[in-house]
Amino acid sequence: MDKRLLTREQIAKRIAKELRNGDVINLGIGIPVLVSNYVSPESEYIYHSEQGVLGMGSLAEPHEADPDLVNASKEPITLVPGGSFSHSADSFAMVRGKHIDVAILGGMQVSENGDLANWKVKDVSLGGIGGAMDIAIGAKAVYVAMTHTNKDGGPKIVKQLDYPVTALNCVNAIFTDMAVIEISSDGLVLKEIAPGFTVEEVQKATEPRLIVSNSLKEILV
Amino acid sequence: MINKVIESAEEAVADVTDGNTILFGGFGGAGVAYETIYALFHQGAKDLTAVSNNPGYHEEGIAKLISGDRISKLLCSFPVQKDSYVFKEKYKQGKIDLELIPQGTLAERIRAGGAGIEAFYTPTGVGTEIAEGKDEKVFDGIPCILETAIKGDFAFIKAKKADRWGNLVYNKSGRNFNPIMAMAAKITIAEVDEIVEVGELDPESIVTPGVFVQRVVKRSGC
Repeated sequence: MDKRLLTREQIAKRIAKELRNGDVINLGIGIPVLVSNYVSPESEYIYHSEQGVLGMGSLAEPHEADPDLVNASKEPITLVPGGSFSHSADSFAMVRGKHIDVAILGGMQVSENGDLANWKVKDVSLGGIGGAMDIAIGAKAVYVAMTHTNKDGGPKIVKQLDYPVTALNCVNAIFTDMAVIEISSDGLVLKEIAPGFTVEEVQKATEPRLIVSNSLKEILV
Repeated sequence: MINKVIESAEEAVADVTDGNTILFGGFGGAGVAYETIYALFHQGAKDLTAVSNNPGYHEEGIAKLISGDRISKLLCSFPVQKDSYVFKEKYKQGKIDLELIPQGTLAERIRAGGAGIEAFYTPTGVGTEIAEGKDEKVFDGIPCILETAIKGDFAFIKAKKADRWGNLVYNKSGRNFNPIMAMAAKITIAEVDEIVEVGELDPESIVTPGVFVQRVVKRSGC
């Protein structure tokens, strides 16, 4: 069988299957924002955006754009019927008070016990945190979407982070272009694998030891 | 008669003095009191501590104050947006100090500052560089760090409508930090698009009650 890494869209599509009707969801930039393109049309989801929007809609068309209605990347957006606005402290009370069901975030590194690094690369003096640290500790479930390895082919799933930490013990599952890995109290559980890849190949691209699930299956793409 | 309406932004910022701490509302370009900021630029106060989620884009908003070396310290959650080159350059030159703060902690520290809460514990930032030097305690099994309130001498905020009592309503996500900054400053200057008669704003819909606002200025472009 053809061995092909999943595309960004395919990773997003896979994560979308985890979402349940009624979930309140916060999507990070990068692969995470693509997830909303693949959610079930029969279900209702509420998207939270850190600057004080609950019920975020799609990006605004030029004629409907309002400079006061933007997403976390400062792009003009729309509000869905039923949506609401809040000030920044209430918006983050939703996050820190555990009212957000799922956060889907990008990742630079994830450690074997679920520590996340995603706000700053190594060895730079200046980085931006924004809402990253709050969302990582606050959401009821944190899913990380990222490539399995870095540009040099090195593992991004590691025993211990060596990038600046965003939050400790916060990640529930990792969705990469090679695998779906759940973080359990026993360690990393390999649940699904990209078409054409072997367990050995995924293990080789992953620093910590993987526990192979009894129900290991291929990622449906 | 209570009348908080000031004729011009210049008049509203006249008593800002060197060394003051100013809270600037806004998220990106949404809900920024641009005219009040530019009036302050012309007024000339310097050595200011600024509290703002972003450092301004291009030469706009507080980026103009930063480019004029008026701000010596910035408390901020996201200083690295692509167009925030003014801040990045001044930071590299060592002309401005930065306290980097997670956005939710920034918001809560400001809210606390306005609510008479001097400090609080939160799990955000535990195990990160933000926690360095901060007291750490475990509550209900959750490790937390101690964060202190942020208060301002002034807050420059942007709202949609005001009445002469200083009651405010906002426009969409232009609300962001504005209501909590209004609470946390000794003198809050609200720049608004429209001033309406007292009684015209629906009491159920007023977001910032006038007690938190000292001065109201109508945006001249509106």
